[in-house]
Amino acid sequence: MTHIVDIFDIINIGLFAAALRMATPLVYASLGGVFSERAGIVNVGLEGMMLMGAFSGVLTSFYTGNAWLGVLSAVFTGGLFGLLHGVLTVKFAGNQIVSGTGINLFALGFTAYMSQTIWGSRGASVSVPGIPVVSFQFLKDAVPMVGDALGTLLSQSPLVYMMFFVVVLSYVVLFKTPFGLRIRAVGEHPAAADTAGINVYRTKYLCLLASGMLAGLGGVFLSLGTLSLFVLGMTGGRGFIALAAMILGRWKPFGALAASLMFGILYALQIGLQSRGWFPSQLILATPYILTVVVLAVFVRKAKAPSDYKPYEKE
Amino acid sequence: MAKKTSNFRMLLHKIGSKLPATVRKRLGSTLFRLQPFVSSFFDKLFHSLANFLRDIVPSAIAILIALLVGAVVLWTTGHSPIDAYSKLFTGAFGDSYGFGQTLTQATPIIFTSLAFLFAYKCGLFNIGAEGQLLIGGMAAALVGISFTNLPMYVHLPLALLAGAGGGALWGFIPAVLKAELDAHEVITTMMLSYVALYVTSYLVNYPFKAPGWVAQTPLIASTAELPRILPPTLLSGSIIIALVMAGTVAFVLQRTTLGYEIRAVGLNTVAARSGGINVKKGMILALVISGLIAGLGGAGEILGVERRFIDGFSPGYGWDGLAVALIGGLNPFGVVLASILVGALRSGGMVMNRVTGVPLDIIYIIQSLVVLFAAAPKLMKLLTRRRAVNWRKAGHVLTKFQSILKKTGNRLSGK
Repeated sequence: MTHIVDIFDIINIGLFAAALRMATPLVYASLGGVFSERAGIVNVGLEGMMLMGAFSGVLTSFYTGNAWLGVLSAVFTGGLFGLLHGVLTVKFAGNQIVSGTGINLFALGFTAYMSQTIWGSRGASVSVPGIPVVSFQFLKDAVPMVGDALGTLLSQSPLVYMMFFVVVLSYVVLFKTPFGLRIRAVGEHPAAADTAGINVYRTKYLCLLASGMLAGLGGVFLSLGTLSLFVLGMTGGRGFIALAAMILGRWKPFGALAASLMFGILYALQIGLQSRGWFPSQLILATPYILTVVVLAVFVRKAKAPSDYKPYEKE
Repeated sequence: MAKKTSNFRMLLHKIGSKLPATVRKRLGSTLFRLQPFVSSFFDKLFHSLANFLRDIVPSAIAILIALLVGAVVLWTTGHSPIDAYSKLFTGAFGDSYGFGQTLTQATPIIFTSLAFLFAYKCGLFNIGAEGQLLIGGMAAALVGISFTNLPMYVHLPLALLAGAGGGALWGFIPAVLKAELDAHEVITTMMLSYVALYVTSYLVNYPFKAPGWVAQTPLIASTAELPRILPPTLLSGSIIIALVMAGTVAFVLQRTTLGYEIRAVGLNTVAARSGGINVKKGMILALVISGLIAGLGGAGEILGVERRFIDGFSPGYGWDGLAVALIGGLNPFGVVLASILVGALRSGGMVMNRVTGVPLDIIYIIQSLVVLFAAAPKLMKLLTRRRAVNWRKAGHVLTKFQSILKKTGNRLSGK
């Protein structure tokens, strides 16, 4: 019983700060998922694209000493793999699941191989310059009552703040611009979109580019935004959780944000509980996956994907 | 050739004419009656051989290209590709120990790739073989440690059955969700894989943990052990079950009503439905059997190799299943060959790593490249089309490149 009382020790502002940190890579990657699935392409390669982003970020930071160049290279690498997915599934009408799985396998093997070649260790790279935390300490004095809490909460990597901006931007692009309308048309009914004069292939490529870039950003947050080094398989299935968040968020940017934040809180809770040894962490870690299956089972009609993912071939 | 045949026939004729008339008559009529069976047997053999070749040839080319790209990666990172590959090959096939290890590595992959293949023939993507394998392994381990006084001929089949049942259960959940609610099986099997990972990890860390620091169950009773068939390697009777399973899968898919229905659903759901096939039943059975195969693979690993459930014993055999099924050209016998190939990469890769210091992960790069090629058959067609590469043009570019290099070299050396 004391545990139930003590649980309020864990639920504090520090937990939410941690949750925000945990949610950030999920948000970026699930936005990547939203872009690709809205254009009618399943992207199970998010995991691999994140891993490639995390790796290339550390590699660039290692050689140039500039973490922001690392972020750029991660975005670039992620985009490159997004395009690879595009070439295989759009140009060659290949199977999307197989291509995505291939990218995941490749990323795992390639980063492990290169990590060993460059740093001599399969497990982890050396420490490299990371992205410093941006905090708003002046809030502590400026704002009464909640100033302390805000100070704790808002002591994060710039990529965390940028995440909210990217979510809004994705929403605007997808739902408030002609380009977004085209993306959704291409996903829902490529033949009709083609008849209406939309370049289906180009739209798909652009969406996959965006998808890969966002996944790369999520990956580089893991490596340069938190640990400042690369660890073997450091994405640890986050790409798949991002897919879950995308489904729970019903293929919408704000939905994906909300689902990712929920998962972030779950993970932060799990770490808090595990460090005290109260509750088997495995059961909490399984929750996002169980939740996704349940949601798919219960809200089938509402949780319907916005397209049928068939490769489109022009007649 | 023609002359030879006629000589042969003459000979037969000679022998025939010396036989008594009654014997001759009977022999002739027997041969005459047998003839259609014999020829249809050869027809079928050639037919399936042709199918097999058709399925396997693109993969063979993909493997060659992947090995070439792997060689480039090795070379650019300062290793000798020839040295690495030769060590890999001799490590995998050079002696009986290496070959035993190769088959040991291949065994679970045969199961998971057959599992993927079976569901795929029904048009379903079961990418959750990992979870089905883990649940099957856990079920087998629990039966293995729970009974201590059963005779082997009861205990071992019971443990195997538990493994198959566990896997089938883990295939049944996405099957029902797919058939009844049309929930996408890719997502549900993927998510359930992770659920299985954490649930088995919980079971082995808490309720069934053996005393000590390692997250593992106690050893199973000796009556539940699958015998090791090639000591000192860990090769166990599981490989025999795997090979029998490959034959069974081929038989069920090609020669039974169930297989026909499953393939019909996979080819065209609408046509199958209007043809009177129960599509829902087909889908559910395909995924349940797929899970059963993967679960049996998990049981084989636990009962034959590990002899207890160790947390994280599977390095991703389930995920390999998809890759290997594609490398095997989605043909049951191709899948066995591809599994042995991947097993060889693993076991030979370890030897290569030990001897030459090449990171083991090169084999995962090669494997992933084959999968990427397999993802896009059209790309393979383009690459294997005759004169895909314009050699004359390529030669032209090369000579030009060389002359530029020469000129630059001359300029740099001040000539």
